[in-house]
Order: sequence, then structure tokens, then C-alpha cells
Amino acid sequence: MSDTTDLRGPALDVEAWTCPAPLRDRPRVVMGHGGGGALSAELVQQIFAPAFGGEVLAQMGDAAALTLGGARLAFSTDSFVVRPLFFPGGSIGDLAVNGTVNDLAMSGARAAYLSCGFILEEGVELDVVSRVAEALGAAARTAGVEVATGDTKVVEAGHGDGIFINTAGIGLIPPGVDLRPGRVVAGDVVIVSGAIGVHGVAIMSVREGLEFGVEIESDCAALGGLVDAMLAVTPDLHVLRDPTRGGLAAALNEIAAASGAGVVVRERDVPVPAAVANACAILGLDPMYVANEGKLVAFVPREHADAVLEAMRAHPLGADSVIIGEAVAEHPGLVVARTGLGGTRVVDLPLGEQLPRIC
Amino acid sequence: MKYIDEFQDPELARRLLDDIHATVTRPWALMEVCGGQTHSIIRHGIDQLLPKEVELIHGPGCPVCVTPLEVIDKALEIASRPGVIFCSFGDMLRVPGTGRDLFQVRSEGGDVRVVYSPLDALRIAQQNPDREVVFFGIGFETTAPPNAMTVHQARRLGVTNFSMLVSHVRVPPAIEAIMSSPSCRVQGFLAAGHVCSVMGVGEYPELAERFRVPIVVTGFEPLDILEGVRRAVRQLERGEHTVDNAYARAVRPEGNPAARAMLEDVFEVTDRAWRGIGVIPDSGWRLAPKYRDHDAEHRFSVEGIQTREPAECRSGEVLQGLLKPHECEAFGTLCTPRNPLGATMVSSEGACAAYYLYRRLDITNAAREATPVV
Repeated sequence: MSDTTDLRGPALDVEAWTCPAPLRDRPRVVMGHGGGGALSAELVQQIFAPAFGGEVLAQMGDAAALTLGGARLAFSTDSFVVRPLFFPGGSIGDLAVNGTVNDLAMSGARAAYLSCGFILEEGVELDVVSRVAEALGAAARTAGVEVATGDTKVVEAGHGDGIFINTAGIGLIPPGVDLRPGRVVAGDVVIVSGAIGVHGVAIMSVREGLEFGVEIESDCAALGGLVDAMLAVTPDLHVLRDPTRGGLAAALNEIAAASGAGVVVRERDVPVPAAVANACAILGLDPMYVANEGKLVAFVPREHADAVLEAMRAHPLGADSVIIGEAVAEHPGLVVARTGLGGTRVVDLPLGEQLPRIC
Repeated sequence: MKYIDEFQDPELARRLLDDIHATVTRPWALMEVCGGQTHSIIRHGIDQLLPKEVELIHGPGCPVCVTPLEVIDKALEIASRPGVIFCSFGDMLRVPGTGRDLFQVRSEGGDVRVVYSPLDALRIAQQNPDREVVFFGIGFETTAPPNAMTVHQARRLGVTNFSMLVSHVRVPPAIEAIMSSPSCRVQGFLAAGHVCSVMGVGEYPELAERFRVPIVVTGFEPLDILEGVRRAVRQLERGEHTVDNAYARAVRPEGNPAARAMLEDVFEVTDRAWRGIGVIPDSGWRLAPKYRDHDAEHRFSVEGIQTREPAECRSGEVLQGLLKPHECEAFGTLCTPRNPLGATMVSSEGACAAYYLYRRLDITNAAREATPVV
């Protein structure tokens, strides 16, 4: 071994100390490629985008904004591979509706129609399929969207994880609404619609069999109504994002990187419920990186911020909305947190998945 | 969390900082031994708030960082074998061995599982009697007792398909090695509170006396760290060098006797290589001969491992406190969390990763990694 200079010798040879080998090439997909962080981004940038081409895809939004026959449409798709299928506060059926509905809502569109593709694993109980389908139907009705088309495939036992669902959705973007990172300017106020990290911790509590003393329910919800309420105050919102995989940190980083603006977050203003903070403290995770399913982040022109915040707080899904920071001209493309003690730190895009630490 | 909030109270922090500012008259270099403390210092910006005279040097206290490459490669080899279920804490999965990591082994078909307790791994062994289940037992005195207990349980329950790949390390010999180095400039230590909660403080007075350094047992929350710094600086200014317990809510002088008894039963002290540093005499634990049946190195005969390290990586110097992460030529350019040269850039508790994650704003030679938007 090259790193085993024996300290029983006369003196340490600093020049001889070396350390680990680089891990530059990943010839296979690893879990981090689906984590919503830097590895996911590289997969899209280096493989999918070059292969597909196209101007619309290059927008790289949660939903594509299209013009078709004079209408401005939002179009989005998402796949759901959550385990377990049922969790406190929801199920894969709810997620399959709300995930796609929310992607559309982040472009200002109210979802109108969904497609729904089920990939079932041989052996899964029909009762489970039925319960998921009922949950999916109920979530669609709550969100005010119609499942217009679907597809079913079955894979051999051992080739799936019970049920996978893909949904795609389409909706109309109202006139005057133009939500995209490019519109963010220094001075914009950053609002988050409520407590963060709840969904991720709820899933961990059941998937990993961890108990945190309090049952934590997912915040899974469709955000179309909340977005409508915000747009009713002003269509001049600059950008919306639902901080799902990768959490608030990933959402803010994506906006900062795509807009070229800097973002400053006041850490003590970020709403983290005690149960989420406890769970994250135990596992060594940062709540800023934990997934949400029923929250949004808004960049709003300063002159509209108070009115938008008031409208959000008047909506049941935005009752705990709070201003957490602002867009700035300094440190373009970077998200910086002001810590509770008065220091600063960079809030980076996560690499892949968060990993619980050893101690 | 009210409890944690209280240990992050800005008003109390301000008072401690004022006291430190008022006490300091000369430059002092303190080493925090534990990676958890490093992470907390950088994450909360504590280093930015201290007087410029107080320099915090980041020690070799990240268990992930100091696990030798040879052991990582043994883990990769065992995890790749058919019929093996390899269990590990999450943050070991991303640490590079020679050319790959445990995530990659999993993507190639290896059955690598993240567990939250070594007892989970034992349970997996009981549920899979036809498979060999191996737990990756690494870490300091903090994680060693539950791992020891798990091996003890495995033998008591007769779980013959369970073994452990052990690479535990001990803090006091590392402090001794650091202080013995001629290039050492550490003048005081913030000792790791978790370690002392197990081992007590009995190993420290002799070190404090021999090297004439104050050793302050310190916790992990911002106020704990500020209090540790305050007490260390006070001693240095007065020319004192005693062991001081600033983490009395968790650390009793005798530590945890039950945990220590378990360690003594299951493990024996051995020389251990620290990644990037070298062999430190008596600095590790291995399974005692009577538990050899549960020793994965013995069971899988992983010999002849050829390790390969990149020449550019200077994390050994970082681990010794001889170099700040951003002073490394490769920092933020050749070496980033996406493409780590060394374990100190991989582990969330590694000094290089902490600097990269939280301090890029202040560091000019750290180019921002391309992070395209999805």
C-alpha cells in the first residue's frame, strides 16, 4: 500500500502521503442518476438532450411550454417508482396525479387531461392494483383533471417493484403568464409555500422502518388551485418550482443556474417542522435536500410580494407561506444561506441521493 | 427541535464569541478531531465569526475519510462475490476504492444494502440463511461498541452466515501521531464528544501533559463548539494544558463502562493504516481471535489487493492539519464531489467536501462545477 508510511520511523514524510483513486467514469447507471441532483442533470445533458434535440426540450422546464393552433399549452410527463406503494399521507396513485399536475402548475397551467401508464409486476395482488387505481382516480378528481388515456404492461416477477406508474399531462397556459428562470431579476423575493422536507421524511419513516416519535404524513397535494390564487393577484410571477427530488436546495440551484441570478436564503426563515428537523438530525441529513410533494417555491417581483404572500396564506395549501430570501446580483448562479449564527455558506446542488451518515 | 435550537441560539453564540474575542491576544491553532465538528463549523459559518487569531485546523476525524484504500478494495471485492449480501452505512457507498465504489458494485449486480444499524445486518443474515451477510464495520470509538455487540450477538445466537469487515480506529493514538510530527503546529485540541461519551477522558491527561496541549472535550452543536474554543483559548492564553470536559451533559469521566467492556471482549488493539496518513501504532481494533469465525477478512481470504492512488491528491496533509482544503492545487478543479480524488472530498464529513459545499464563495481557485439544469 502506498499510503502506509510507518509512523514508528524517525519522521513523517509528508511528500509520500497520497490518497484515493479517482472515480471519473461510471460505465453503468447508479441510483444517484435518478436523485434529481447533478448526476441526473448530467444524464439528461449528456445523453438524452443530444439524442432527442429540439427547441422545446431545450427549455428544460418541469413542463414544456408549446404553442399549438394558437393555444399556449403546457405538457409534462413523470414516472413514479415510490416504495412502499402506500405511505402516511398518500400513495403512489396520489403522487402519479399530483406530480404531473404540479409540473404543469409550475408553468402556470391548470392541468386538463392526464395519460396514465401502469407497469405491473407479475404476482402483485389485484386488490393492491385496485386500491392504487382508486387513489389515483380520487386524486385526479380533487385536482380537477381527467384521466383521458392509459396503458398497461406486465413484467415478469422480479423485474419490477410491484407497480410503476407514468403519467403525462396537458393544460392551457393563461394569457399574460410567462414563468421561466430567465425572468428572475435581482431583488425578486423568494417565497416557499410551507414546511419543507415532510414528504421525504414520511417516506423514509415507512420505507426504512425508522420511527421518529411522531407520525409524519406526506404533504402530497395538487397545487393548481394555489397557483391560480397567486396568478389572480398578478400574472407577473417570474418563476415557480415544486421542490421534489433534491428538495428546496435543488430547486433553488436550478433556478439560480438557469437564470444566472444569485440567491440568498435566510436559514432561520426556512420552515422546517420539528419532526423533520429531528429526523434529519438523527440521520445526518439536511432538510434543504429532502423531497417535498405539495410545496412550491416562487420568485416574485418585490412590488407584488406582499399581495402574493397574502393570497397564498389565504389558500389552504399555502397557509404557512413565508418569505425565505431574495435574488441578488452578487455570486451569479450560486445559492447562499445566511446561517442562524450570522455566517454564510453555499447551498449546493446535491450530487445524487442523500446518504445517512455513519455517526 | 427545541433542544437543538437552544444550542444554536444566536444571542448565546454572540456572548461566547464576544468572550473569545476579548480573551485572545495572540494567534492560536486548534484542531477539531471529529469530522462532525468540522461539518458543523463550516455549515454554521463558525470559522468566519471567530477572531482571526484563532485558526481551526481540521483533523483526521472523519471515519469514512480515514478508512484505508486497501480495506475499501477488500469491501468491493467481497461485495462483488455471488451469494454475498454486503451491508453498510450509507456514506461508505460513495467512497472510491481503486477505480470504483460500492454504488458501482451494486449497479453491476452486487447485493449491497444500506442499513442504519449493524443489528439490521444481523437480522438480514437470520432471514437469509443460504447467503453470506457481511457488515462493513468502520468508524471511531463511537460506532465500535454497537458493532462489537452485533458480533457478540451473532455468536450467541449461532448466526454462522454473518461476518464483519472491521476497520475501526482509535482517536488518542492519532492525536499522539499528529503531535509527534515535526511539522505539527497544533496548539490545542477539541476532542470528539461522542468518542469520549464511550471511552471517557482517561486517555487524555497523559497526552495533554506530554505534549503540553489543552484538550477540551467538545460537542457538535454550534454553542458546544464555541464553548470548546473558548475554553481552549482561555487555557492557551494562561499557559495551561489540562483536559477540560465542556460536554458534560453527554460525557462522564469514566465513559460508558458497558460499551467499553463489550469492546474489550470482542476487539483487540492493533496497528492500523489511516488513509492518506499511514500506519499509526495501536490506533485500531480488529476482532479478537475467539471471534475469528465472524471476521470477513478471514472468511473471504481477500489477499493480494493492489491499491492505486492518484499522485495529485494531498488529503493526507489535510487530514494531518498541514494543509487547508482550498490550498490544494486540485481543489475545486481536478477534485470535486462529482470527481473526488480523495475520500476527504467524498464524505459529507470530509474537510474538503465541507469546504467545497459551503465555502466556495470565499475561495478564488475553486471553479464552480458545471451543474446544468434538468
